[in-house]
Amino acid sequence: MAITMAQAINQALHDAMSEDERVLVFGEDVGRLGGVFRVTDKLQENFSEDRCFDTPLAESGIIGTAIGLAMYGFRPVPEMQFDGFTYPAFEQIVSHLAKMPNRSRGTVKLPVTIRIPYGGGIGAVEHHSESPEAYWAHTAGLKVFTPGTPEDAYSMMRAAIAMDDPVIFLEPKRRYWMKSDTELPVETEPPHKAVVRREGSDVSVFCYGPMVRTAMEAAEAAADEGWSLEVVDLRSLSPLDTPTMLASVERTGRAIVVHEAAQTLGMGAEIAARIQEQAFYSLEAPVLRATGYDTPYPPAKLEEFWLPDVDRILDMVERSLSY
Amino acid sequence: MADAAIDPREFLPPDEPVHLLDPDGTYHEDPEHPVDLDDAGLRELYRLMLVTRKVDREAINLQRQGQLGVYASCMGQEAAQVGSAYALAEEDWIFPSYRELGAALVRQVDAAGLLHLYRGTWLSDHDPYKHHFGLMSIPIGTQALHATGFAMGARLDNNPIVTMTYFGDGGTSEGDPHEAMTFAGVMKSPVIFFVQNNQYAISVPLEKQTAAPTLAHKAVGYGLPGRRCDGNDVLATYAVTKKAVDRARAGEGPTFIEALTYRMEAHTTSDDPSRYRTQAELDEAATTDPIARMRNFLQQRDLYDSELEDAVEEQAKEVATYVRAGIYDAPHGDPMELFEHVYVDPTGYFEGQREQLRAELDANGEG
Ligand SMILES: Cc1ncc(C[n+]2csc(CCOP(=O)(O)OP(=O)(O)O)c2C)c(N)n1
Ligand SMILES: [Mg+2]
Repeated sequence: MAITMAQAINQALHDAMSEDERVLVFGEDVGRLGGVFRVTDKLQENFSEDRCFDTPLAESGIIGTAIGLAMYGFRPVPEMQFDGFTYPAFEQIVSHLAKMPNRSRGTVKLPVTIRIPYGGGIGAVEHHSESPEAYWAHTAGLKVFTPGTPEDAYSMMRAAIAMDDPVIFLEPKRRYWMKSDTELPVETEPPHKAVVRREGSDVSVFCYGPMVRTAMEAAEAAADEGWSLEVVDLRSLSPLDTPTMLASVERTGRAIVVHEAAQTLGMGAEIAARIQEQAFYSLEAPVLRATGYDTPYPPAKLEEFWLPDVDRILDMVERSLSY
Repeated sequence: MADAAIDPREFLPPDEPVHLLDPDGTYHEDPEHPVDLDDAGLRELYRLMLVTRKVDREAINLQRQGQLGVYASCMGQEAAQVGSAYALAEEDWIFPSYRELGAALVRQVDAAGLLHLYRGTWLSDHDPYKHHFGLMSIPIGTQALHATGFAMGARLDNNPIVTMTYFGDGGTSEGDPHEAMTFAGVMKSPVIFFVQNNQYAISVPLEKQTAAPTLAHKAVGYGLPGRRCDGNDVLATYAVTKKAVDRARAGEGPTFIEALTYRMEAHTTSDDPSRYRTQAELDEAATTDPIARMRNFLQQRDLYDSELEDAVEEQAKEVATYVRAGIYDAPHGDPMELFEHVYVDPTGYFEGQREQLRAELDANGEG
């Protein structure tokens, strides 16, 4: 059956709520409306207003109370309506959600999964297309997952909710309508594992979330040029699956990191650092990055010039191969 | 201790919102809230509301035709916006949210330019310093602090201007407006917090947003008078705001105003309100239309005739046509501008990225 990524996440939430009555879903417009992307559609109807509820419009409130609920014993799955609206919750996430388990010497567990639709490419108005993953990956104590396929969206969401660590679950909103022929429930690789989506011998392309499909398209186009790209879907940005990354670079000798987020201190910086630290002698070329530019996210009409696409990836492939 | 001279009970909102005009146009005089406008001023309020509605409708059409990515309509809220903005002097400032088309038009912000935010050609188009109208703010409630800081600046500078910020019922739940009111109260800032309570924050109705007796009660905790008015009564929104403006200008500090209104359209053009509100509710709300009410009032005063009707309709149509042309003819936008305003003093690495974009555009023949 063809299922979209949004439906897969909806089903994952539904199944998690069915299995464990401590799972709560809440946020702005997630109840009656079913979320602005309908990812929480029918959860309130199917489970009750106690277990899926609309909150007042306050992101710090949503995450701060999720922490309290988790301390009490619930497994909250709060939603931040858009990437650009997580910032009011920054303090609760960084100072408390990420740190309290450590501060309490492990006595407090905070199994909170924060769902955040993120990234651009849908022609949205300002503040609705941000890629804030590096902030979260930079914060010790948080796990950061981002699926690139409907199957992973289902399976990784189930794993995130079941996990005792707090998870930032980044949903690539431009792939919400991406379809896959699959039966749910489905179990894919554990979320901490990176997955080789396409094997290749010339250049490793590391990508995640919305860019997985773009990288696959680039690999297709590269094949026409006679270049063999290996596409590695990282899936987890914290922790990073370093062994899988290194193994790929050891095979190809070349690496490119692709992400929508701005370049400076984006995930690409950390990935490049690990590769040169640990696979230096395998490298035939410097690790290169195909990313968004170091500017604020552009207005809708200009996003196509800003976002990394097949051409930008191929430019980097060509550059890498020129060494 | 707060100012001992002020009885805190004075901050409490009145039992009934200030209401001067009945739906049939009957005017009730309220000595506490005089309407100090001459006939031309009264007609001007009507004209501004009607133009607002026409431009708003045009924007919805433009979105449906693919010219705008999205649009947040202010239909039903014309009296709240026009009456309040009209109560300010020209040198006073406004810090809006994304829904304040009516207030923008009072400020003579170019209506076509305003829609560029929604078209996605750029993130704003007007010069805030020219119109004394800040940038439309999408992150909810954040602009309340900017308005407060601006008012603090004016006070430090002995500049007798007043600053007003708009936000919604949902916005009163965010932290920023509360911090803004805390500051404004302590600093006695000449700022007005004008809340359009349009009953919804996207799908979330007021009763799920707050358990406060009214939104205006929230102000009391910060030492601000909480005022309420019928937000579909343009004379009430004008008079209540005018009183707050006079108070602020006299150095007596900030005021919070809750205008009771109703969002007649979807939250934005992307929204499907049939999922959370009924047609019956909408029909009921339509009976309190702010524009019809003002027309009835003008008619009763013999200030309205077919000449005025034609002139205003004609003008509203003109502006709408102008907006339409302005949006259809708008240039696509120059991708190189993405690097233009990020820094006052851009440096090396950033310049390198600018060159990379230039090279990409050249390679694609788009430069
Ligand atoms: C910080 C933040 N969180 C969430 C949103 C998404 N959002 C946009 S409008 C809106 C509802 C706002 O309701 P209200 O304050 O009543 O203003 P209205 O839209 O009714 O004018 C929400 C939740 C946002 N723009 N900013
Ligand atoms: Mg509202």
